[in-house]
Amino acid sequence: MASQTFRSIKEVPLEEYFTPGHRACQGCAEAIAVRHVLKAAGRDVIVVNATGCLEVVSTPYPYTAWAVPWYHVAFENTAAVASGIESALKVLRRKRLVADKKIHVVCFAGDGGTADIGFQALSGALERGHDFLYVCLDNEAYMNTGIQRSSSTPYGAWTTTSPPGKVKPAGQMTYKKDLPSIFAAHGIPYVATATVSYPLDLINKAKKGLDVEGPAYLHIYTPCPPGWRIPSEKVIQVSRLGVQTGMFLIYEAEKGHLRLTVKPSRRKPVAEYLKMQGRFRHLSDEDVEKIQRFVDERCAKFGLPPLEAST
Amino acid sequence: MADSKPTVKNLPIAGIIFTPGSAKEYNTGSFRSQKPILEAKLCTKCGMCWVYCPDGAVFVNSEGMYEVDLKYCKGCGICVEECARKAIKMVDEEEM
Repeated sequence: MASQTFRSIKEVPLEEYFTPGHRACQGCAEAIAVRHVLKAAGRDVIVVNATGCLEVVSTPYPYTAWAVPWYHVAFENTAAVASGIESALKVLRRKRLVADKKIHVVCFAGDGGTADIGFQALSGALERGHDFLYVCLDNEAYMNTGIQRSSSTPYGAWTTTSPPGKVKPAGQMTYKKDLPSIFAAHGIPYVATATVSYPLDLINKAKKGLDVEGPAYLHIYTPCPPGWRIPSEKVIQVSRLGVQTGMFLIYEAEKGHLRLTVKPSRRKPVAEYLKMQGRFRHLSDEDVEKIQRFVDERCAKFGLPPLEAST
Repeated sequence: MADSKPTVKNLPIAGIIFTPGSAKEYNTGSFRSQKPILEAKLCTKCGMCWVYCPDGAVFVNSEGMYEVDLKYCKGCGICVEECARKAIKMVDEEEM
């Protein structure tokens, strides 16, 4: 397969490898992300899927929404299983037992399966340099089991295990773990972040990550309508606002060279992003300001323009 | 003994599913309370409804137009929000 990038959405293949009939909630952004990553991968792919929303909604026995080989593994060993598959493919190819073409290995895991539980397996696999693409679908909490906080939950978010109260008025009191930076620090050839509101950017990043020799890490921000307390039709808007306010930084780091791929020319105040979501409803003005300061600092580090003058 | 349902003796081990994409047999259209209606006159075929559909329920029909497969559409309304030409409308299931 040629490693060309798609220049327009019309060039993206129409084939669906994540078929309709899966039981994701209305407006599930994870399903959009998976559809597009698989379009980039094509037919020759083996998918390793950690436990989580995606596994639960895509394969209620005896149905499967996957039209490609698919493994369900536990939360903690996604990257370990992918390493094994990649090594086995290498041996089989050497023994001429499989066709001599590139077979991609793609892992899908949620933020819980990446930031918390599957962290050490992934860190090990990246360090060993196995050739696979790891996709983290970040919906910022354990949505599968009923919205419990993970270490990827942002400051101020309501979840069932970080409820806002008298002692902790902001809800989640810690900041989001910066996963892409952690995995970039492993010195792997390709790290990127993407979100569903910029689908072409997402598909091209997945393609690049698959074509690169060695491990690649793709972090996709996927808004979750029930967990974020947003109406299902607003998913793409929230995701777009996340980028425009600087909450999601969309960049890629190729061999250590960092480049912002979606650069909002004018940055909006984070309050716009926060007030769309029910999980931030309890936030006081001070908390919003605190988040704004945090985002400003982070954006300055990445070379994004300062916030436009408030009107 | 009714042999229409599989038993433990003839189910494959380890929960292996041999038919890829068999979820297509399961119609998620029943999730829906409102359905999207596309007005073909306004459509410019930009494909945004197809891109953003979480269910892959939007497809290109034989005439090259985008169409919603109501067997699978869950009625989330993303296509309505994202359509630049406002060519898609949500209507209640009982109307039409």
